[in-house]
Amino acid sequence: MKKIITIVLLYISSLSLAQDAQSILKKIDQNMYSETKISTSKMIVYGKRKTKEIVSKGYTRGTSDSFSEYLSPAREKGTKMLKLEDKLWIYSPSSDRTIQISGHMLRQSVNGSDMSYEDMMQERKLVDTYKATLVGEEEMNGEQCIVLDLEAKVADITYYKMKMWVTKDHYVPMRQDLFAKSGQMLKQMNMSDIRKVGDRYFPFKMNYKDVLKDGKGTDFIIMDLQDNVPIPDHVFNKSNLKK
Amino acid sequence: MFEFLFKGLIRDKSRSLLPVIVVSLGVTLSVFFIGYIEGFSTDMISQNARFGTGHVKVMTREYVKNISQRPLDLSILEADKLLEQLNDKYPEMDWVRRFSFGGILDVPDKNGITKTQGIAGGMAFNLSSSSKDLERMQIRENLVEGKMPSGSFEMLLGKGLAERMGVKLGDTITFFGATMDGSMSFQNFTYVGAVSFGMSVMDDRTFIIDTKDAEQILDMENAAQEIFGFLPIDIYDGDKIQEVKNSFNALYENDTDEYAPEMLALRDQNGLSTMLDLMNTFASIFNIFFIFAMSIVLWNTGLLGGLRRYTEFGIRIAIGESKKAIYKSLLLESVIVGVIGSIIGTVFGLLLTFYLQEVGLDISNVTSGQNSVLISNVIRAKLVSTQLWIGFIPGVMATFLGALLSGRGVFKRQTSELFNELGV
Repeated sequence: MKKIITIVLLYISSLSLAQDAQSILKKIDQNMYSETKISTSKMIVYGKRKTKEIVSKGYTRGTSDSFSEYLSPAREKGTKMLKLEDKLWIYSPSSDRTIQISGHMLRQSVNGSDMSYEDMMQERKLVDTYKATLVGEEEMNGEQCIVLDLEAKVADITYYKMKMWVTKDHYVPMRQDLFAKSGQMLKQMNMSDIRKVGDRYFPFKMNYKDVLKDGKGTDFIIMDLQDNVPIPDHVFNKSNLKK
Repeated sequence: MFEFLFKGLIRDKSRSLLPVIVVSLGVTLSVFFIGYIEGFSTDMISQNARFGTGHVKVMTREYVKNISQRPLDLSILEADKLLEQLNDKYPEMDWVRRFSFGGILDVPDKNGITKTQGIAGGMAFNLSSSSKDLERMQIRENLVEGKMPSGSFEMLLGKGLAERMGVKLGDTITFFGATMDGSMSFQNFTYVGAVSFGMSVMDDRTFIIDTKDAEQILDMENAAQEIFGFLPIDIYDGDKIQEVKNSFNALYENDTDEYAPEMLALRDQNGLSTMLDLMNTFASIFNIFFIFAMSIVLWNTGLLGGLRRYTEFGIRIAIGESKKAIYKSLLLESVIVGVIGSIIGTVFGLLLTFYLQEVGLDISNVTSGQNSVLISNVIRAKLVSTQLWIGFIPGVMATFLGALLSGRGVFKRQTSELFNELGV
């Protein structure tokens, strides 16, 4: 009888832990995603010889659509990117051509950074794509964090496994270690400068580090962020690329 | 003595026919193998030097550390100064800038929408008509469609790539890639011709543009990803190359700059040293194997011959010829057989080599998918002067060794028992 009670209790506790982990994912998603978002951001690519800064303005609708335009440097000014669902188009004013990036080309680096086009396109909610397990607590980047192990529950995902450190107070990711299915670590993301935007908390600085490359990685800094502001439909239209 | 033995060999075919056939076969294979290895390695050295390694190649030290990734951002800056220095110090050599980069090629339809797209590797050469590099690369000779680029932003495609992308002459192809500092690079090119070098790596995945266009699309004015150096008339000389490499690298020995230039020899790149050493080793092993195998066969032939000539040797000893003299005559006979067999084998080996030199052997099934070492789709043997004498080493040595071993039986004959043995 004792054995049965122990097993039932263990089962219930594991279920509740799993539910806790999933509810944490939900809270993270609430912080990271909004209905619409307009942001101005700066990408700092630390090269071996020189550091490059790219400023762009981005419009995001839900988790599937986004549009961005490069504002500087001069060589890239006017380059636009449109993502609709799982498709990505890039427009270059110098050639007046729109090119769709698809398949394995999405794994190419964006502007020589540690980010790939695939990284840029991964906007799906964690709760829809990963199954989480609570593995402990640790301090990370000066914040007390919950540590989660995530395993993909969908096939079409860039990183099969993830280890995530999430702040205990506001459920903002502080660090993510991203792994391939083989268990090989591919990238690391470190977040900082958490600010409150409306009713959610959001990291304004992210560092992407391709662990297979040397260097300091790539910083992604949000300079300005507006949440849940109306964005007209024509922004997310291919015709907007050539305008 | 020689004439006497020679006549004996000619008149008694059972003494000479089988050994000559065995020696000829062995020598034919040895001579042909040398021609085959020579053709294969010469072609490999030439193709790799032209397209991938130069006879020597100058890069920055950091680039050398990551050479397999061909990192554009670690290229040589102020390339003009370095080229001037190289030309001053090694005026007999030809120094050329080369670019090798990857990107997406996108072919639009009449509405500007992507019709076909693919990832391809770009190579940039000096395509001006006076360029030595153009002559070296034999681009004009390998043009199978269209014309050479004559203006800005004109592009040649590998024949296989052009077919796969379904482009027609005059079509616009947009290159999308990254500049030296990682910025996005878009450029429209006009497709003007297709080339076929007979190498899968080049023909199926490569496009060719002029270095001036490459400078612009990669933001590499006065920069060079790699500087190739070629010895006069493009003849590879391992010792000379090593000398140039050592003297150049010595100039920068005490320079602590991580972007200081560093020179690599052809052998230091793409695993070529292993390939070249392996081929030399194979050639030596092959010859040793033939000497050994033929010696065993000829030893057996000698033993059989010895049995058949048992009575002859007995009589010769009985009439007073010394065992040493008989043994010597046997050895001399073997040398004659060896020389005749080697001459016949060398002739046949040369004929086979000539055939493979002219006709070639298609190995495109094996070379497709090969990335690092550039190998032609058709292997051709090469006639070299070494083949005129190399066959005599296994040919004569094997027969001589065979006779040395089998002839020892002469010394085992007891003179006291000879009359009994001969049934007198």
